Amino acid sequence: MTAPATPAPVLPAPAQRRDFAPLLLVPLLALTALPLIGDWSTWVTLTVAGLAMGMIIFVVASGLTLVFGLMDVLNFGHGAFISVGAYAAAALAPSLSGLTQTDSLALNIVALLALIALAMAVTGALGYAFERIIIMPVYGQHLKQILVTVGGLIVTEQLIIAVFGPVQIALPLPAAFRGSIVLGDVAIERYRVIAVVVGLVVFTAMLLVLGRTKIGLLIRAGVENGEMVEALGYHIRRLFVGVFIAGSALAGLGGVMWGFYREALTPAMGMDVMVLVFIVVVIGGLGSVGGCFIGALLVAVTANYTGFLAPKLALGSNILLMALILLWRSRGLYPVAKR
Amino acid sequence: MSSDPAPLLTLSGVNTHIGPYHILQGVDLAVPRGSLTMLLGRNGAGKTTTLRTIMGLWHASAGAVRFDGADITAWATPDIAQAGIAYVPENMGIFADLTVRENLVLAARSGPIDETRLRWIFSLFPALERFWSLAAGVLSGGQKQMLSIARAIIEPRRLFLIDEPTKGLAPAIIANMIEAFRELKKNPDTTILVVEQNFLFAKSLGDTVAVMDNGRVVHAGAMAALAEDRRLQQRLLGLSLDQHQ
Repeated sequence: MTAPATPAPVLPAPAQRRDFAPLLLVPLLALTALPLIGDWSTWVTLTVAGLAMGMIIFVVASGLTLVFGLMDVLNFGHGAFISVGAYAAAALAPSLSGLTQTDSLALNIVALLALIALAMAVTGALGYAFERIIIMPVYGQHLKQILVTVGGLIVTEQLIIAVFGPVQIALPLPAAFRGSIVLGDVAIERYRVIAVVVGLVVFTAMLLVLGRTKIGLLIRAGVENGEMVEALGYHIRRLFVGVFIAGSALAGLGGVMWGFYREALTPAMGMDVMVLVFIVVVIGGLGSVGGCFIGALLVAVTANYTGFLAPKLALGSNILLMALILLWRSRGLYPVAKR
Repeated sequence: MSSDPAPLLTLSGVNTHIGPYHILQGVDLAVPRGSLTMLLGRNGAGKTTTLRTIMGLWHASAGAVRFDGADITAWATPDIAQAGIAYVPENMGIFADLTVRENLVLAARSGPIDETRLRWIFSLFPALERFWSLAAGVLSGGQKQMLSIARAIIEPRRLFLIDEPTKGLAPAIIANMIEAFRELKKNPDTTILVVEQNFLFAKSLGDTVAVMDNGRVVHAGAMAALAEDRRLQQRLLGLSLDQHQ
């Protein structure tokens, strides 16, 4: 290997612009809402509750956006993993009552981690089966994907009804997570802080994996141009199965967090959350984890503010938000450059 | 060229259908070891489809693709790549959201990038060193083409399939490309198959040539012979070199 005789032409440096505008949306929305709400402590309560809810939605939606981005798979059955994760935790929770009913924060955290581990293991395994049995036969066929994944969701929901019954069941918070932290005249529920922390941990872990590891590079490259990833010698379907399992496990984690957030579970809870999750995935830009994060916070905070300021608009507020975002950026906040 | 007389790559009667269209209609092609073979032809002749069929991105409906004696016709694309074939598609296929470094890290399949080889690539394409940490999406067309070729050569491969490397590039960049290909050719174990529309580029680099028309190879031989025969050029490619000089 020697240097070439002819020097390469000198080329101008390209300009690289970082896109910060979407990052400002949540702070701008929060600042706009403050004078409308009027009361500082109410505003803090609503904002923290929105951030907590947003983090949980992000945990659920992040896997779905990668699944769609990587293999163009529309998985309407993602909600099944939310429900199964939550019910798996509810099934184990009574046997951990010794850990959950004590006031020891450390023991409560151990119990929460055990419930999360079980939920993620169950939903990860279910995700593997779901991908092999339901998704694999319909690669590249969007209409069939919608039909069979909705079918998978319905079957799962009915199985939950068969095992746990059709009525709502309780998932009480561990003792040390109940109550509020009072700062001056502001009261913040402890569990919401925990939800924010869990969401941040998941987001940071995802950023580290996607940005610092070869697997992460492969996922990002695969979302952009799967064919080229294959031409470089990597089996993208194996990668997809791994992402699908991880996404399912994250939905299971989200299900546990959501169950504790509401302290109650219903067999249809997965389907209910999926409406918000799809809005988040579309707002964020299909396949974009960063966009998904901002989208989740936006959706949740908007829902909370609207629910307080104009309860009659609360149901439609997220649809309106999605329409506004898509009018501004038709492919979402951070569109992934598809080939 | 290599002393082994058997071609590294052979296509025998390859047919490829894309949806209802019958694109390749019995392609016979032999790519000698250690050579640079130019695949020429008018638009729509089937050149890109030939490369994609070799790479397993579209599968042949009939015929056989053999690489170093192995029948790879039905292999999956990643397995073909792992056998030692590198591919640079017509659209360059760079990952726009990844940096130049990350694009090359992915292409170095067997492990960390070899520093000596990276220095060599920087000597071929200095822009890549300069823009090492930039997102590949912000590079110019020429820089993206440099990156796509650098990605193919970041590790030694046995066969390079390169689709229209000069498409849309400025003359200065094309000269740089020619220099890079000459460098690649210095390694006697390197075999290259290039699809090209730029006849001057093809003439300056090609050892052998195959010309396609209507999904078949209609001429194969030495590049030098085609370069000297203007009537043959006119007949096969519909061009007169006089118009290009």
